[in-house]
Amino acid sequence: MAKEIYTKYKMAKYLRKEALPTALCPGCGGGTVLNAFANAIDQLGIDPRDLVVVSGIGCSAWIASPYFLADTLHTTHGRAIAYATGVKVGLPDKKVVVISGDGDLAGIGGNHLIHAARRNIDITVILVNNFIYGMTGGQVAPTTPFGAITTTSPYRNVEHPLNIAETVTSAGASYVARWTTFHVYQLIESIKRALSVKGFALVEAISQCPVQFGRRNRMKTPTEMLRWFQKNSVPISKARNMSPDELEGKIVVGELVNREKPEFTEELNSLIEEVSKHYGLGDNNAD
Amino acid sequence: MIIRGDEPEQIRLLKKLYPKGNYFMQGDEAIAYGALFAGCRFYAGYPITPASEIAETMARELPKLKGYYIQMEDEIGSIAAVVGASWTGFKSMTATSGPGFSLMQENLGYAIFTETPLVLVDVQRSGPSTGQATKGAQGDFFQARWGTHGDHPIIAISPTSVEDSFWETIRAFSLSEKFRIPVLVLADGIIGHTREQIKIPDPEEVEIVYRKLPTSDEEAKYPFGDVHGDLIPPMPLFGHGYFTHVTGSTHKENGLRDVYTPEVHDRLVRRLHKKIELHKTEIQKWEEYYIEDAEILLVSWGVSARPSLGAVMKGRKKGIKVGLFVPKTVHPFPGERIKELSKNVQLIIVPEMNLGQVILEVQRFVRDEVPVIGVNKIGGVPLTVEEILKEIESSAERSRHRSAD
Repeated sequence: MAKEIYTKYKMAKYLRKEALPTALCPGCGGGTVLNAFANAIDQLGIDPRDLVVVSGIGCSAWIASPYFLADTLHTTHGRAIAYATGVKVGLPDKKVVVISGDGDLAGIGGNHLIHAARRNIDITVILVNNFIYGMTGGQVAPTTPFGAITTTSPYRNVEHPLNIAETVTSAGASYVARWTTFHVYQLIESIKRALSVKGFALVEAISQCPVQFGRRNRMKTPTEMLRWFQKNSVPISKARNMSPDELEGKIVVGELVNREKPEFTEELNSLIEEVSKHYGLGDNNAD
Repeated sequence: MIIRGDEPEQIRLLKKLYPKGNYFMQGDEAIAYGALFAGCRFYAGYPITPASEIAETMARELPKLKGYYIQMEDEIGSIAAVVGASWTGFKSMTATSGPGFSLMQENLGYAIFTETPLVLVDVQRSGPSTGQATKGAQGDFFQARWGTHGDHPIIAISPTSVEDSFWETIRAFSLSEKFRIPVLVLADGIIGHTREQIKIPDPEEVEIVYRKLPTSDEEAKYPFGDVHGDLIPPMPLFGHGYFTHVTGSTHKENGLRDVYTPEVHDRLVRRLHKKIELHKTEIQKWEEYYIEDAEILLVSWGVSARPSLGAVMKGRKKGIKVGLFVPKTVHPFPGERIKELSKNVQLIIVPEMNLGQVILEVQRFVRDEVPVIGVNKIGGVPLTVEEILKEIESSAERSRHRSAD
């Protein structure tokens, strides 16, 4: 029976069937992100053989690894972008994509995220932000809203969440966008743009975790969480005219930046040519 | 860009840039040149004393050889990028010292478990913690063996001079490529910063070893399977359409995670150990001096091996039957050979720049058959010939008294 379901799903051709069904909880937003990513790959006509997907540790790291049928590198906690940096330098003509969570990429791995954006290396990062450490049982994360209840902030969260998309924009990324799992078509469009931009691209996908986050914060069903995303999202054009007080607790969605900048691996390769010319290292025949 | 397949051009470049002959350089630089001659074309690192000269040399020389130097935001990212680059086919290296080596341990474990070839140079400095940042030491012997968590094999090599640093780095790459395992070079801040003459060879004189690649699509389906019966799986590199899956979780031969079946974990971890055990004679290397008739045997490694040899030569001039054993591969430790030698000696002396690490390995192999004593020095200043000779002489004196009784 299960086999039939997989074959009816148009994107099943992009999945590693022997790794299915997924380990994601019912109602998890991870499946929506995987679906959006597969659709983006499909619409762009990218051959999965030209794709390397790198992930870290946590629920969201599982979205594409092992489920997406491409070369997949499932790394240590927080380090996916650093591993991906080596992969991209080695394979500059391939699409290198990192899909992982907020705790992984912006908590323990925050430093790599900032510096990869600064370098502007041509890696696409889909950062799935569910406000929580889900796999370990729902502990407070650097993205958990102020005041929210988690297993390690059982009274209330006294810390303030990191604005990931703005941080990465400031760090120098070529492309940054934020959507939620409620905005599926916009999410697909942004992933497509992120994959097409030459440079570091981040798509922050706000995603529901009804099991570990919603349940403890008065949204125990996925629909309640999606409704919260719908009600709380503010398009970036509108947000520009809003005061910080008005924006408190809101999710600003849209494209934060889309700009052309020199890309890291291209710079490394032109450096090799410059050095070769400078020292006269070219082939004797060519001289 | 990979050197494999680009050998004629790479040899032309090496000859043009570094013609055969005598050079005057630091141990750190010799490690970098050794890596370049071995075919290393990717380096990711982070500055740290006393290893920074390796990064500086690689940053300067790699682009000339169509290679890549990248400076990462920390040591954790450095070894991560090296693992990533290795899966695209590059011979890759990073270098660091104590604090950075501590930070690299988790990803070193990842590289061991995913059988990723790489070379990690630890230019040992005086610790613990920040310690004496600019001073050499030999305190990381057991960190090299057991620094990362869980059961795992490792290969570690320790050079004894600047020229030795060049050749032993090449050997580190060869072993790493051949056996699909990270190889540690346990250098130290003293040799690292010592300048002496070294002979750079013609690139043709250097044996280049490459990792095995799958010879068919069928073989590529088992990135962690013993498809050739030598326990070394061929490596289906990224970018070739193999859809290789690599994970630091316990995995089956096809690369997919299986953390629930005890046999899968048992089979994988035991194969990793057996892979090194089976090829031990090829991996281990040591040097022996004046051991034929030795009554006192010195076992000394790395920077301490040199004053040890000086002390042995002076002891011989004084008529003391003393010999020296120098392990060049320090993990897996060549203890069986020391056990063999111990049958003919009355005493083993282990000079090293720590409070007693290699001595524990020696004791593990010789047990109570022969007394083993250490000559230990910390503080960042290397052992001298005189300090070691003094111990040899007083030991010889004691045994004379014993035989007179």
